[in-house]
Amino acid sequence: MTIAPAKAGWRFRQPSVIPGFGLTLGFSLAYLTLIILIPLSGLVWRSAALGWADFWAIATDRRTLNALEISFGTAFIAAAVNVVFGTLVAWVLVRYRFPGRRIVDAMVDLPFALPTAVAGIALTTLYAPNGWIGHLLAPLGIKVAYTPLGIVVALVFIGLPFVVRTVQPIMEEIDKEVEEAAATLGANRFQIITRILFPGLSPAIVTGFSLAFARGVGEYGSVIFIAGNLPYKSEIAPLLIVIRLEEYNYPAATAIAAIMLLLSFSMLLVINLAQSWSRKRYG
Amino acid sequence: MEVRVANVRKEFDRFPALHDVSLDIKSGELIALLGPSGSGKTTLLRLIAGLERPTRGKIFFGDEDASQRSIQERNVGFVFQHYALFRHMTVADNIGFGLKVRHGPSRPPAAEIRRRASELLDLVQLSGLERRYPAQLSGGQRQRVALARAMAIEPKVLLLDEPFGALDAQVRRELRRWLREIHDRTGHTTVFVTHDQEEALELADRVVVMSQGRIEQVGSADEIYDTPNSPFVYSFIGESSTLPVKVEDGQVWIADRPIGLSAPHAPSGEAMLYFRPHDVELLDGCSGCIAGTVAASRRVAGTRRVELEIGGERQRVEIELPVDHPAAQKSRVAFRPRRWKLFPTA
Repeated sequence: MTIAPAKAGWRFRQPSVIPGFGLTLGFSLAYLTLIILIPLSGLVWRSAALGWADFWAIATDRRTLNALEISFGTAFIAAAVNVVFGTLVAWVLVRYRFPGRRIVDAMVDLPFALPTAVAGIALTTLYAPNGWIGHLLAPLGIKVAYTPLGIVVALVFIGLPFVVRTVQPIMEEIDKEVEEAAATLGANRFQIITRILFPGLSPAIVTGFSLAFARGVGEYGSVIFIAGNLPYKSEIAPLLIVIRLEEYNYPAATAIAAIMLLLSFSMLLVINLAQSWSRKRYG
Repeated sequence: MEVRVANVRKEFDRFPALHDVSLDIKSGELIALLGPSGSGKTTLLRLIAGLERPTRGKIFFGDEDASQRSIQERNVGFVFQHYALFRHMTVADNIGFGLKVRHGPSRPPAAEIRRRASELLDLVQLSGLERRYPAQLSGGQRQRVALARAMAIEPKVLLLDEPFGALDAQVRRELRRWLREIHDRTGHTTVFVTHDQEEALELADRVVVMSQGRIEQVGSADEIYDTPNSPFVYSFIGESSTLPVKVEDGQVWIADRPIGLSAPHAPSGEAMLYFRPHDVELLDGCSGCIAGTVAASRRVAGTRRVELEIGGERQRVEIELPVDHPAAQKSRVAFRPRRWKLFPTA
C-alpha cells in the first residue's frame, strides 16, 4: 500500500479504509441538491427578479416587519418554554417508572403525527373566550385565542416532541457513577442537577431548542386557526406569504420567503457553530 | 479513621448479596477486598460509602454510627473504575468540586481551592494539567485526577472500586506502586476492591478474601498465601493442585497406599489434599510418596509444568519440575508435597 504524501494546506480528511466514501458523498450531494438546494435557489432567483429597490421596499414594509417579528418572536418564546417543560418531561420519562409511562411516552409524539390544522382547531376551541380553558382565563383578563399568546400556545404544542426526543436519549446515557461521584464529594441533589447533569445535557437542549424554534418559524397550519390573523398584530410571516400568493404577487411572496430563509439559516448556523465548538472542547 | 462493619446484610430484591459480614479496618490501613465477580466485594465497598443502605447491620466510622448518615455527610473519597470525571469541567474544577459545593464558612475561598487543586495535582504527578479537560487525558491520568478529586475533601476513608481495572497491564503496575507511595505519604485509611490477586497481595496491608457474599479469610499476604483456611482461598489465591485422598489412623492414603504424609489431627474419612505445584519434593524411590506417569508437559518461563496421572483412577495433578529434570513422556515421577493442607470432603 502506498501512502499519499502529505500536502500542505487544505485537503480532505483521509476517508476510512471502508469503501464507499465517493459514492455516498456523491449521492448525498446530489440528493440535497434535488431536495433542498434547487427549490431554495429558485426562491432566491424569483425574488431577485424584483430588483433591489423593490425588494427593500417589501422587506421594510411595516406589515412584513411585524409579521416577521411575530413569527420569530413567538417561535423563540415557544421554543424557550419547550426547553424547560420538554426537559422536565424527558426527565420524568427517563428517571421514573410509573404505570402508564409507555402511554405518556407515546403521547409525546402525537404533535408529530396529528394534522396541524386539527391541532389548531382543537386549541382554538379550548382557548376561545367561551372555551373550556378560555372561559376560566377570560375573567382574569387573559385572552389567548386570536392573540400572539395563542400563537405561542400552538407552537408550544407543535414543538414539544422536538425537545423531548433530542434530550431523552442523552439523558438515558448519563452515567449513574458521575452522579454518585458528585454525591460522595458532598454535592446535594440540587447541586448535582445544576452543576453536573444540566451542563452535560446542554448540547442536546440547544439542539432541541433550535429544532423547535425552526419548526415554529415555519409553522402554518395550526397557527392560522388560533391567531386571529390581524395584520400588524397577530399575522405570521408564512400567512403573509400565502396572502401575497393569493394576490398573484409572486415576487413579494418570494421576497418575504427569502428573508425568512436568510434569518433562519443564519440563526441555525450560529447554533450549530456553538455546538461544534463545545463538542470539540468537552469531547 | 477506624471503620467497623458490624453484621451487615444486604439484599437486592430479596436476593442476598452479602450475608452477615463483619470487618474491622484499622486507622491508616490499606486494605484490599479480593474476590471473583459476584462475591459481594463492590457491594461492601458501596455500603461503606453510603451509596447503598444495609438491609441489616451497622457501619461505624470511629465510634459514630455512619449508617444513619447520608452519602454527603459521610465524607468519604470514592474512586470509580471508570473514573466518573465531570467531563464539562477542567481538571482543576474537577478536583475543586468537592470544596466548591460546600456551604457557608466550611467553604474555602476560590484562591484557596485553586491552590489545593494544584497541590493535589503535584501529589498525583500531573502538575501543569489544570486547564485540560478529561477527554484530553489518558486513562491512567484520568484515574489520577479521580483520586486527587477524592482526596481534595480530606475524606475520613478513601474507597477505590477496581481503580486500575480499566487500564492496561503496564500502567496498572506503575499506578499500583504509586498508590502505595501516596498512601504511605498521606496515611488515609484506604479500602480498595480488586479481582486481581497479584494487585491485592502486593499492595495491601491486609487482604479480605470474599466469596458468594461472605468473607472467607482476612489476613496479610503471607497469611493468606501460606495458611489458607478454606478450599476456596487455597484455590483462589495462587496456584494449587488437588487430589482426593483418604485419612486413616492419622495417615493420608491414596487408594491403598499411604503417601508418607501424617495428619494426626485430621478426622478419618474422605478428604481433599491441597498443595502448591511448586512446593514439592522430588523423590527417587517410592515408599510413601505420590507417584504418577507424565501425561503432559509444558515449559512455563523458568520451570516446567507436568501433569501426572496418579493411580488406577488416573487422577490428574499438576506439579512443577526444574527445566533440566529428565521427565519425558510416560516416565514415572515420584514426589511428596512439602507444604499441604487437608480439607474434609463434605
